[in-house]
Parts: sequence; C-alpha cells; structure tokens
Amino acid sequence: MIDLLASRSYFLVAFLLSGIGTYMLIGNGNLIKKVIGMNVFQTGIFLFFIASAFVKGGSPPLLTAPEPYVSPLPHVLILTAIVVGVSLTAVALGLIVRIYDVYGSLDAAEIEVVADE
Amino acid sequence: MSDLPAMLVAFPMLFSVLVLLAGLVRQDSGWPVAAVGAAVQVVAAAVLANRAFEETVTYVVGGFSAPFGIELVVDGLSATMAVLVAVVALAVLAYSRVAGPRSNAFYAVYLLLVGGLTGMSITGDIFNMYVFLEITGLAAYALVASGEGGRSALAALKYLIVGTIGASLFLLGIGYAYVATGTLNMADLSAQLLEVGYGDPLVQASFALLVIGLFVKVAVFPLHAWQPDAYAGAPDSVSAFISALVSTVAAYALIRIVFTVFTIDFLQANPEARSLLAAGAVVSIVFGSVLAVSQTEIKRMLAYSSVSQFGLVVGAVAVANETALLGATIHLVGHAVMKGGLFLAAGLIATATGARTVDDYAGLVQRLPLGAGAFGALVLGMVGVPPAVGFVGKWYVALGAVEAESWPLAVVILASTLLTLAYFARILERMFFREPASTDAGSAQVSLGMKATVVVAALAAVVLGMLAFEYGQLLEPTVAELLA
Repeated sequence: MIDLLASRSYFLVAFLLSGIGTYMLIGNGNLIKKVIGMNVFQTGIFLFFIASAFVKGGSPPLLTAPEPYVSPLPHVLILTAIVVGVSLTAVALGLIVRIYDVYGSLDAAEIEVVADE
Repeated sequence: MSDLPAMLVAFPMLFSVLVLLAGLVRQDSGWPVAAVGAAVQVVAAAVLANRAFEETVTYVVGGFSAPFGIELVVDGLSATMAVLVAVVALAVLAYSRVAGPRSNAFYAVYLLLVGGLTGMSITGDIFNMYVFLEITGLAAYALVASGEGGRSALAALKYLIVGTIGASLFLLGIGYAYVATGTLNMADLSAQLLEVGYGDPLVQASFALLVIGLFVKVAVFPLHAWQPDAYAGAPDSVSAFISALVSTVAAYALIRIVFTVFTIDFLQANPEARSLLAAGAVVSIVFGSVLAVSQTEIKRMLAYSSVSQFGLVVGAVAVANETALLGATIHLVGHAVMKGGLFLAAGLIATATGARTVDDYAGLVQRLPLGAGAFGALVLGMVGVPPAVGFVGKWYVALGAVEAESWPLAVVILASTLLTLAYFARILERMFFREPASTDAGSAQVSLGMKATVVVAALAAVVLGMLAFEYGQLLEPTVAELLA
C-alpha cells in the first residue's frame, strides 16, 4: 500500500483536493460557496484522471507512434466530464437564483428557518 | 433495423428537441409530440427486447469496435429495464396531461430523462455509463425543480449536490479501474481485472468507489438523504416517474458493475466486498422502514419506503445466487410499477380531496372509492400479499438468501415484509375503517387519464405477479450468464 502511494503520489493530491472541496461543500453556509466546493471536489477527480496518463519522457501519438507514448484517452474522457461539470454548475446556479427569488437569502441555515415556517 | 439499439437512445433525445421546435410553432403541441415519442420508444424497446431474450444483441457505435470504441450490449436484463423505462414513461405522460407541469420545457426534459435511463440500461462501456448517469441526474434535478415555489428548488439543489458527489465517486472508481487495467469496456474489464488480480488495492478501491457512488444514486440508507426531499418536493407526476425509474436503473447499474465488471469471483475473493453490500442492505431495510413509520406526510413516507425496498435489492446482490438475482430483477420491475402507481394514486387523491397526510386519509374510501381502492391494492402488493408482484420478488430474494445460507440476511429479508406492513397498515386502517375527516377541500378536476393510469398500475401489479414465473424462466439464461 505504501509502495503504491509512493510511486503514485498524485493519488494523495487528488484525494486532498477532493477533501478540501467536500469540506467547503459541507462547512459553508453560503449556497454559491457550496457550488464552488462541488467544483473543487470534481476538479480533484479530473486532475487525478489526467495525471494518471502522464508518462515520463512520453509524447502524444499524433502523426508518428513515439516510444514511449502518452495515452490520449484520459484527456478525452475528462473533456466529457468537464462538459458535464459545467452543465451541473449551470443547473445549480439556476436553482440558486430561484431559491434567492423565493427566500431572499443565500444562507442555507436562514433559508431553512424561512422554509419551515 | 440493425441500428435499433442506438435508435433506442437516440429516439427520446430526438423527440426532446422536436418538442421544443414544435413548441415554437404552436404553444400547445408539446404533449402530443412527447406522447408520440414515448409511444415510439415503447414499440422500439419491445422489438429489441423480443430479440434480446433470444440472444444478446451487441452494437458497435460509430464503427470503432470494442474494446476501443463504445459498445451497446442488450441482454435480457438490459432489455427488461429498457421496456420498463419506456412503458412507465408513457403511462406517467398520460397522467401528466392534465395533472402535471404543462410546459414544453418540461416535456423536453422528461424525454431527455427517458433517453438517459435507456442509455444507462443498454451501454456496455463503463465511462459511457457515467455520462448517461449524469444525463439522467441533470434531467432528474431539473424535473424535481419543475414544481411551484421554493420547496422544489431547494429539494432539487440538495439532490444535485448529493447526486454529483455520488456520480463523482463513481467517476473516481472508473479512474482507478482504468489505471489498473487500461480499458473501459465492461466485458474487457472483467477479463483484465482478473489478470491484475482481485487482491490488488487499486481494484478493491475501484470496487468500493463504484459501489458507494451507486449507493448514493440508489438511496441506500446513510446516503439516502436527498431522496425524501426530492420525492416530496417534486410535483406528483414527477415524483412518480423518478421514484419508479431513477433508483431502479441505478440498482440495475449496481448489478451490472458487481456481476459483469467485477464478477462473482471477485466477491468470493474479497469477503469485505460482500459485507459492504450486505451491510448497506440490512441498514436500509431496517432504518428505511423505521423512518417511514414516523412520517406524517404520505409522499415522504413512500420515499422512505423506497429506501427500505431497495435495501432488499441490494441484499439480493450481496447474496449473489441465481434465485436471489431473479428475485431482485422481478422486485425492481414490481417496485417500479407499484411505487410509481402509489405516487400517482397519492397525487390523484390529493387533487380530488386535498388529502396529503396520513391523518387526512381517514375514511377516504367513502369520499373517493376509486383512489382508495387503487391505493389499497397497491399497498397490499407492496407488502407482499400474493398474487401481487411484490410477493414474487420478495419470495425469490428470501429463497435465494436461504439457499445461500446467509441467515442474518435471510432473517432481515423475511422481516422486511412485516416492517413494510408496519408503515402501510396504519394507512389501510385509516382509509377503510375510520370515519371521514372533515377537511374536505375537493377542488381540482380529476381527469380520465389520471384515473385510468392509477387503475392500470393497480391491475398491472396483480397481472405482473401472475406472469412473473414465466418471465423468470425467460430471464434465467441471462442471470446464469451474469453469474458464470
């Protein structure tokens, strides 16, 4: 386990970044900051994917097949995941606008008090 | 018609755009176009299922053959899900013509959700499954928010945040599996994972992340928090549609991940993996029921009931033998029909009499015999009274647990029937044996489509129960292959 983490230290960084994102998500009362936390959390995972494709001294197989070559697949996948992430953020912000119109606040605790009445 | 699997995903999305375009020409053309789309989907799914039950249909997308390109694989289990999605979508659409949110944007998102769910059911590529999972999620968040007022927007935001965390964990699990094997095709993954070794921490971590990510989407107990708010905050037709399908297809994905990607040998090599599934199942069944008993609002109670019922399905996955998996599939279909029907019936009752809490249901049979009758029949089916489909599913799952000699799980599964009775009995008692409450706020008109859908759901719960044994025989080769 230790060997694995030593050779793949980006695992830890990805986890740390996702952890910070999760903390923002839970710890912040402000809805907008919650969405930012969600983005940080996702970014941690995206970076994990991209880092996993790194090969020392490698280059992308564009016209020739270099040795060693870097697999372009993770980048393509993350491009898709980023698009998904952008759509999610857009929907979340749209919902927050609706919530602000109704309750006049962006603070989760305050909204809960108003919503329960 | 060899392109049928791809068409099955493309049709709803195409019609989703058509709804918006038709809405530009004539404001009220949204519903007819959406209905045509849903009907086409039913026919296409039925034709495909007819072929898939004979032999597994595979389709290569865009000419890039597997394991490099995306592959669509339709076996008996996927075909069941595709047909279920199409049929429930058409039925709820019939209900929502008068009852539901009635904008063209609503119908467009509705069809998008159908496309996402169908895609999840028939894809053979694990990253493709993530994309469809997110399409499903996005459409579901938007639909939950389609109710009036702030409550539905709040519920949708909560659903969005929790759902995104679940989907992101799923994505991280895919990442681990990809780092370990370098492939994303499900069939290829199962072969490559065996080569890497089931004891490899990467493979184990990947399993844990994929399963926990899906636990969020299925709403297994400690990860269920989004679900009651989302179901209770959404408009009636939306809660029926989402409760019937979204968690169901996520549970299907769980079966796919556990048995197609990781295979039963992985479960045998890692007892902890099986414990994770069994623990989720037991906690969900017990706490879902306990929380359901303490609810006063009908829709919230039905939502907690879903937590408990999906515990049963996860339990069947943990048992992992043919009988239990057969039971899980039948219960998935049965739960979709009955729970969707219950939400529709609750919506019908609320529209006709204004009753939304358990106490409001007192003496309902005298005020609204049709609604009370359908609700009662569906409740009995849910509890597991034969010949309803709820009985057959639970029976097979329990039998599977006994066969596998996993006694603690078997006891909980058998007890789940009593637990289900615990929260439904008080409604039955109020509906049929109490004097009517005086809060008669009967206002809105109940349409023929609403009544018909509720009655059809109640009848389907009984008829499916009678057909379940024959369906079980049809599905047997697929289940045997899953466990091979």
